[in-house]
Amino acid sequence: MRLKLNVNGRDMTADDVWEGESLLYVLRERLGLPGSKNACEQGECGSCTVYLDRVPVCACLVAAGQAQDREVGTVEGLADEEELAPVQRAFIDEGAVQCGFCTPGLLVAADDLVNRVPDPSDAEIREALAGNLCRCTGYEKIMAAVRTAAERNAGTGISESTGGDRE
Amino acid sequence: MDFLRPACWSEALEAKANHPDATPVAGGTDVMVELNFDHRRPETLLDLTRIEQLREWSRTERDGVASVRIGAGVPYSRLIDELGTSLPGLAMASRTVGSPQIRNRGTLGGNLASASPAGDGHPPLLASNAEIELESVRGSRTIPIGEFFTGVKRTAMAPDELVAAVHVPVSTGPQQFSKIGTRNAMVIAVCTFAIALWPDRRGVGTGLGSAAPTPRPATEAEAFLAAALTDADQWDDPRPLPDSITERFGELVAHAAAPIDDVRGTAGYRTHALRVLARRTLSWAWDEYRGDTEFSGRQRCA
Repeated sequence: MRLKLNVNGRDMTADDVWEGESLLYVLRERLGLPGSKNACEQGECGSCTVYLDRVPVCACLVAAGQAQDREVGTVEGLADEEELAPVQRAFIDEGAVQCGFCTPGLLVAADDLVNRVPDPSDAEIREALAGNLCRCTGYEKIMAAVRTAAERNAGTGISESTGGDRE
Repeated sequence: MDFLRPACWSEALEAKANHPDATPVAGGTDVMVELNFDHRRPETLLDLTRIEQLREWSRTERDGVASVRIGAGVPYSRLIDELGTSLPGLAMASRTVGSPQIRNRGTLGGNLASASPAGDGHPPLLASNAEIELESVRGSRTIPIGEFFTGVKRTAMAPDELVAAVHVPVSTGPQQFSKIGTRNAMVIAVCTFAIALWPDRRGVGTGLGSAAPTPRPATEAEAFLAAALTDADQWDDPRPLPDSITERFGELVAHAAAPIDDVRGTAGYRTHALRVLARRTLSWAWDEYRGDTEFSGRQRCA
């Protein structure tokens, strides 16, 4: 089937999509957006987290056909032309990236949190990231990065979610 | 594979009537796992995410009881955000489902239709005597949750039926839910227990999950506790519960279970854990009931 959807603010079309494949497969293999990572394929690890109509979901659990005419935001859409998103900048500054495999999913989950909750507590951060597994860092640097991103967000007054349509 | 994408409820019922073998998919948190791992290759997928009406909930009255009618497509995250006060037990159970990503997608209708013995949404629905509204092109019917589950992943639904909604009475007293697992997130329950106190009708509701081939209530435990509370005039004048009552309640809950050994735990552990969960959740609920009664001088009204 032919699939039409909006990804990171751009209308896209994928052809010969098999009805049973996931949105993750479409993004990575058909639309050239390999930022979202493929690991567990059962919603356990969160490395494929994307925005679907501005809500974070596991792309591996969205049937391709369910994304028809929907708005998808991937890690590739977090930064604008000029600048990294606050969460991306903070992950770099705090050294929250080791092997990097879980990072795209964590960035989307963290981006959603800091745009939704102005001053998240540690408990709120842990809860928001509970669906994203990292096997390198022990999470401490990730926690620090999300705190930093939230503080910087508060400083700039950004509070609207930008998922999926940062243009 | 065919992918059917009905735009409205009547189209969905039409599609299910024409393709009774079609696999309905909403949040995809079960169906897509089976597809990704090649455990299943349904000939037809029936996407229910475009049907706006399934994503709505409303306040209703059923036989004089204030209730909430929850469309089958309302995701867990909204049950938590929007219905935590009216349906606290269901909201607590919803908070234990998967992760934020899973709760954003997974639905109560999917939880019911999948009918896993470990479904987190089932015990609080049992404790509230919820009713399931099923619909097909032939018409609509509503059945008590106690008659919905017929076996492991089997339900009373006809092949042409879809879950339209769930009717849950609004809480009139404390409700609690507890779940055993290896961590807080991303856990399929080792076992779960839900309790609801209904001071308005002097009743007690319970629900056990991951404890038998189907989710089930502990009816003897419910009757015992309700009678014990009434006999001691505890509903109107709540005092600390004697250990004999909580112990016996725990015992009767454990007796209601018929668990198996599996990768998540042994039958023996599950039986033991249920007894503990039953005592514990009863203590929490009772403390809340006493606190509310003391504070307001009368029973809490949700």
